[in-house]
Amino acid sequence: MIQTPAELEEVRRSLSKTKDPTQPCLTVCGGTGCRALGSEEVFEAMEAEIGTQGIENQVTLRMTGCPGFCEKGPLVVIQPEGIFYHGVKVDDVAQIVSETVLKGEIIDSLLYVDPITGEKIAHEREIPFYKKQRPLLLGMNEQVDPTSITDYVALGGYGSLSKVLGQMTPEEVIGEVTRAKLRGRGGAGFPTGLKWRITREAPGQPKYVVCNADEGDPGAFMDRAIVEGNPHRLLEGMIIGGYAIGAHRGFVYIRAEYPLAAKHLEIAISHGREHGLLGQDILGSGFDFDVEIRLGAGAFVCGEETALMASIEGRTGEPRPRPPYPSQEGLWGKPTNINNVKTWSNVPLIIEKGADWYAAIGTESSRGTKIFSVVGKINNTGLVEVPMGTTLRELIFEIGGGIPKGKQFKAVQIGGPSGGCIPEEHLDTPIDYDSLTQLGAMMGSGGMVVCDEDTCMVELARFFMNFVQDESCGKCVPCRLGTKAMMEVLTRITEGNGQDGDIEYLLELGEQIKESSLCGLGQTAPNPVLSTIRYFRDEYESHIRDKSCPAHVCKALIQYSIDVEACTGCGRCLRACPVEAISGEKKEPHIIDQEKCIKCGSCREVCKFDAVMVE
Amino acid sequence: MRMITLTIDGQEMEALEGATLLEAARENGIEIPTLCFHEALEPYGGCRLCVVELVGPKGSQLVASCVHPAEEGAEVRTNSEMVRRSRRTTVELLLAAAPNAKVIQDLAAEMGVEQPRVRLGDNDCILCALCVRACDEIVGANAISLVNRGFVKEVKPPFGIGSNACIGCTTCAFICPTGAIKLADVLTNRSVHKWKSDFEFRPCKICGDHYLAPELRQDYEELLVEEQV
Repeated sequence: MIQTPAELEEVRRSLSKTKDPTQPCLTVCGGTGCRALGSEEVFEAMEAEIGTQGIENQVTLRMTGCPGFCEKGPLVVIQPEGIFYHGVKVDDVAQIVSETVLKGEIIDSLLYVDPITGEKIAHEREIPFYKKQRPLLLGMNEQVDPTSITDYVALGGYGSLSKVLGQMTPEEVIGEVTRAKLRGRGGAGFPTGLKWRITREAPGQPKYVVCNADEGDPGAFMDRAIVEGNPHRLLEGMIIGGYAIGAHRGFVYIRAEYPLAAKHLEIAISHGREHGLLGQDILGSGFDFDVEIRLGAGAFVCGEETALMASIEGRTGEPRPRPPYPSQEGLWGKPTNINNVKTWSNVPLIIEKGADWYAAIGTESSRGTKIFSVVGKINNTGLVEVPMGTTLRELIFEIGGGIPKGKQFKAVQIGGPSGGCIPEEHLDTPIDYDSLTQLGAMMGSGGMVVCDEDTCMVELARFFMNFVQDESCGKCVPCRLGTKAMMEVLTRITEGNGQDGDIEYLLELGEQIKESSLCGLGQTAPNPVLSTIRYFRDEYESHIRDKSCPAHVCKALIQYSIDVEACTGCGRCLRACPVEAISGEKKEPHIIDQEKCIKCGSCREVCKFDAVMVE
Repeated sequence: MRMITLTIDGQEMEALEGATLLEAARENGIEIPTLCFHEALEPYGGCRLCVVELVGPKGSQLVASCVHPAEEGAEVRTNSEMVRRSRRTTVELLLAAAPNAKVIQDLAAEMGVEQPRVRLGDNDCILCALCVRACDEIVGANAISLVNRGFVKEVKPPFGIGSNACIGCTTCAFICPTGAIKLADVLTNRSVHKWKSDFEFRPCKICGDHYLAPELRQDYEELLVEEQV
């Protein structure tokens, strides 16, 4: 039990004394992405190898959270030098321990190769993917073992809480967050300090704080990385918020599809309680606060704050009209402050380094950093944390490494199903809350899906519309029936049955759904369609008028055929075809039976002579 | 009760503090169409037919008048182009999903909506949830609820099978605006088909006529006992 700020400082000092900063530390990424690629086995093999060599006292081994470069997992970093190995397999472990850990030698074959210069890069921070990032939140992920509180405390963790409880009044805390100009990282960008003040001043007791960790956008996983990788900073932020707002109870609403994140958070909460950082009389301040986890049951709409609260209360996860806002009447009708994982996690930083330091990062309207999950047709899939105001071009081409296979960039879908597509001509826009809204997209949670020339924008819009119409709670008519109607129209367009007037109808419906839906889900659901019409109207027109899909994606509008000149009759396509639609003698040009062809594209994929054409 | 002043359709009007915009408008003789609203029930805000234009400093927005509070100084338009356009879209969508519901056909005719531009099925239930809310808030039986989400959302008794919680009072059928809840009283039996509920009537000892389902009677008896205590 840590009972005073002085004791916390004492614990921190003794923890950092036990650590020799020159001793090698092997960190293995234990994020969900790297685990899927086998990092747990790599970790176990390292443990065994260190045991076999009998060097437990000479090296620290740690399984950490995600540093972001998911594309290259499993990731292993050897500190203090920061030597970066990627794609590490169990077979590499013995060599890593004997050469790099014991002799300090770098293993060439495991190094990252810059795809542009062809140069091998040994140190993590020299890699272009990391170089331009400013990982205020993600950076700590690879320094701490998320299942133990000691790493976090040794690095100064809970120091901000100690400062707040020992030296600041709740008003001063709110003032600091307000001056830092932190805006809600859930996507809407409401000023956090203002929200806290409204909740603090709202009549009614008790008050609650809630962390929204119901991250559900397709392709978004930054909240997961933070909760998995550094749950204590989230908790510290929530305790500070609880103190500032006057709440003694907090909830983390996290989706059940994130079992590892929920587990790490559970461990962190129990460690927090054991050490007196959660519970009664925290650090001798007289302030009581505790946190509970609530698991979401798989409904996207529960990320909407009023539906989320209904779900926490045990009711059906359906939104209700606002006003009253949660800060006035939230959980069980009491004032409730809901913030996103990243918003809460930014708070300890603001307290530690000061509002001025924080507010100096970013743009005039949006301060601090923002984490994006960059996925789709991009070389460096992963999590990227950059200061607000970074341009899309820097993000996609410098950090993200550009588009694979030398293809052309077409658009980037930002903000998930609530966001919109941004085309090439706006790539130099500095990213912040307001610039994205102006372009017809939105910051949203920070999901970024990169599309190349092979992406059909109508089909992409249909994908997101399918998602929202499936996830609509069904309470209000515009969202339940309107998104379904848009989906029907988009489907007929991609199937070659589009009619004159369909584009106008989509625009009209889209505007109406946005204006008249009950909650944020419906109010933003048409954005992917509206923005693709805005920037790629010609693609819609090709589908409707010419019955053709310029990106060769929509099956009803394309046809595969074999170029008799190029075909060598090797038979690869014939064997790959799942429906036996291809015939031909050996060394003679093959042909595709259009009646049988299901347009799966397998033949085109396997052909070595580019003889399979699609049009 | 304190009164507040607001502007509705260009006229300054008074309303009770705490009233919704719909209440404020109706108190002042301005009619706003509704579907999921019923005076005896908590407002739901689902059908969006009662939207009105709320003029604000950053421009106008549509709000559902049945749930939006009337505030001092507010400027509201109940029949502007923005409002009419939204209502027409809502009614067109409802017509696409429930083409045979008379109340929807009437609304469509009234608003000049002819053929819906898409077809979304043929289901008289428009998910206004009046039945569910009446069963909960007025009857207290809670025999039916909304299940699933989105387009496949529907009203059902638990697990979709006949439930003892249903007392056969038929409030649901009475309050349903589209007639989607069918019931049949045949000889000595009452069936509420939608909920798979069946009841046998009891014969009157004096006249021999059949009356009230015994389950319902029992419920009343319980209520009576409670009230006497």
